[in-house]
This record gives sequence, structure tokens and C-alpha cells, in this order.
Amino acid sequence: MIDQVKQRITELLFDGSVKGVIALTHANGHITPCLFRKGDDLETLSLGDGETSGDTRYPLNKILITIARQYPDDSFGVLVRGCDERGLYTLFRLNQLEPDKVVPIGISCPQSLALQCECKKPWPDEMVAGEKSDGVLQKQVQEAEHMDMSKRFSFWRDQFLKCVKCYGCRDICPMCFCRECTLECEELVSKGNLPVDIPVFHLTRAMHMADRCIDCGLCEEACPSDIPLRLLYKKTAEIMNTEFGYSSGMNKNEKSPLNIMAPAPKK
Amino acid sequence: MEYRNTLTTCTYCGCGCNLFLESLDGKLTGTIPCKTFSVNEGKLCIKGWNGHQFVQSEKRLKKPLLRKNGELTEVSWDEALDFIAFRLKQIKQASGPDSVGFFTSAKVTNEENYLMQKFARAGIGTNNIDHCARL
Repeated sequence: MIDQVKQRITELLFDGSVKGVIALTHANGHITPCLFRKGDDLETLSLGDGETSGDTRYPLNKILITIARQYPDDSFGVLVRGCDERGLYTLFRLNQLEPDKVVPIGISCPQSLALQCECKKPWPDEMVAGEKSDGVLQKQVQEAEHMDMSKRFSFWRDQFLKCVKCYGCRDICPMCFCRECTLECEELVSKGNLPVDIPVFHLTRAMHMADRCIDCGLCEEACPSDIPLRLLYKKTAEIMNTEFGYSSGMNKNEKSPLNIMAPAPKK
Repeated sequence: MEYRNTLTTCTYCGCGCNLFLESLDGKLTGTIPCKTFSVNEGKLCIKGWNGHQFVQSEKRLKKPLLRKNGELTEVSWDEALDFIAFRLKQIKQASGPDSVGFFTSAKVTNEENYLMQKFARAGIGTNNIDHCARL
């Protein structure tokens, strides 16, 4: 699998279609996000594990945004899994990246990882290496809805109380690119106080994620308090899907219903 | 075009979380927690997440300052250290070693903290040594 990826990166760098490729490398005993340039040694390339697409995932699209903002005229390749590709589609839609300046290098995730992630589409549309695993049935939200309202209320209050307000969920999120963040607006979120404003802090973020979240789960992995953030965003995504038939990043050219000015839907 | 992720240890406390300092063309652009390090497993607190911010701060001191005629003046390291040695000796001689106290830091290495207590105890002869986390 890794050889096909190496070959693709080499082709792209040598035919000059990209200035660099954002991927992962083994360095100092750790898997590290990096930018490969023409002539760089690809021996240390990593797909998130030894040879296959392992569970060490980093927000490569976020790194791509940082570099692309500095070098807006250049094209870049980027290693993408199913979730990352959904991210790219959404970032194109939100005008954060230009589709003709990004060359995705797609790899699929193994079934075990798809199950671990409860991933609905563990493969990208454009795939360079790997075999399609099966999409995983979305059960977490349904299971949580077995709780009655008062139980649900206390469940979430207890979860939000654990928050140490590290902003890690926002900082790791490949879909969080705003230069000014509502979560730093003092009228809404008090500065320097714990516990965090409940439920304003988490629900504000959930609302902002409604048509953006591509369910990659990096937020939950970064949370030092183990708050089930993904469950929360899965629920907002489910509402978007039920009400508007929209699913973030699933179709390349789909517009978000939140961006369309139109008459109110007929009841 | 040079994008780098430099692996380092967070300087804010003794936990030892590992993180990558992201830099683009020599300028720090962000922090990414290291996911494969056993201590923090890809998680950080708010201080760790913002570890890159103070490095390039305009408010950061770059040279030692010495108060001369009531005003803080930039001086060389040699001059600053000579002055510290002179005053420490003077104070110790006049009022004894316990008239001096030492404060170490959470933002330096274990070895540097060791050296500081060694200097306090063996060099000056006092047990007045403490740490900024207890201030």
C-alpha cells in the first residue's frame, strides 16, 4: 500500500504538478506531520502506522490551509483518508482552499479502524491505494437517545462540567479556520473561568459545526477530559440530514442549506 | 518554502507533554500535540496549546536589564552576572547565607533546577530554595 503512495508522491513532485505534499513521516521515534518537497527521501513516509493507514491521524488539511494561505499561487498534494476528503470538499465549499490547487492522494482505512471510528465512509472517492472497507452503521446517537430527557440532560451537564476549556477541540479541528472565534467572544463565553459556561460553550461549537463537521473525530481524540464531542456533533449532523437532506462533505459540489438564501421550506 | 514540525517538551509544567512546534519559513505558526507520546497521547491543556505564542512576543526580554540610577538599562550578560556575584557575596558577608533566597522555575529542565538548588545549598549555604509553582 505504502509503495503505491510513495510512487504517486514521487510522480507529482517530479512532474511539477505540486510544490509539496503534506503527509506523515517517521521522525524521532514518532509519527509526524510533514511537507515533502522534490528530492526529499520518502523512505520515512508513514500512513499513520507501519505500512498501512493506522490510527495516528493528524489534521493534514489544517496544515494545508496554513501553507496555502502563505503560498496562494502554488499547488499542493495532501494525503487523505475518507474523513480528510470529506474535509477537503467542505473546505472547497467554504472557499478556504481552491480545488484546482489541491491534489488529494487518497488511501482507505482498514475495517478495524472504520469500526473504531464508527466511520460512515472509510474511503475517499479518489483512491491511490487500499481496498474499500465497509461503511459503519451509525448507532451511537440512537443508543444515547435511549436515555429519557432528564437523564440526557444530566448526562451532558456532567460531561460539560469536565471541560478544562483547553480549546483543543477547536485547535485540532481541520474545519475550524476562522481568524476570530465566537468561543473567544467575552459576551458569550466568560474568560478565565471554570467550569465552562454550560451549555453555551459546547452548544455554540456544535451549532457552528452543524454544516461543517465531517465526523473525523480528531476533537474527541484531543479532549483531555474525554467528553464525547463526536456524539454531540453526530447529532447536529443527523438533524441537518433529516431536515435538509444534507451531509457535510459527502458530495463534492453540494451547497450547504445554511448558505442558501431561499424562501422558507413548505410545511 | 520550509514547513517543519519540531518535536519538543512543553515548558509549562512538570508533566512533560510532548508537542510539535509548527513553523513555516522559520516563523512559528502553531502547536500540535504529539499523538504517539505515552504521556499526553495527543492531548494538551490550554497552556500547552498556546506554547508557541510567547516565543515571538514583542514583550519578551531579550537582554538582561540592570537598574542604573533608578532606570532599567540593557546590559551584557557578563556585566549582569558580575553584578549578581558581587551583590550576592556582599549580602552573604553582611547578613549571612540565610538572608538570600532562590526561586527556580517550572519552565526549565530538571537538571537546571538541580543546579540551582546545588548552587543555593553548596555555593551560598542556604536551604532557602523554592519553586515558582508554589508562589
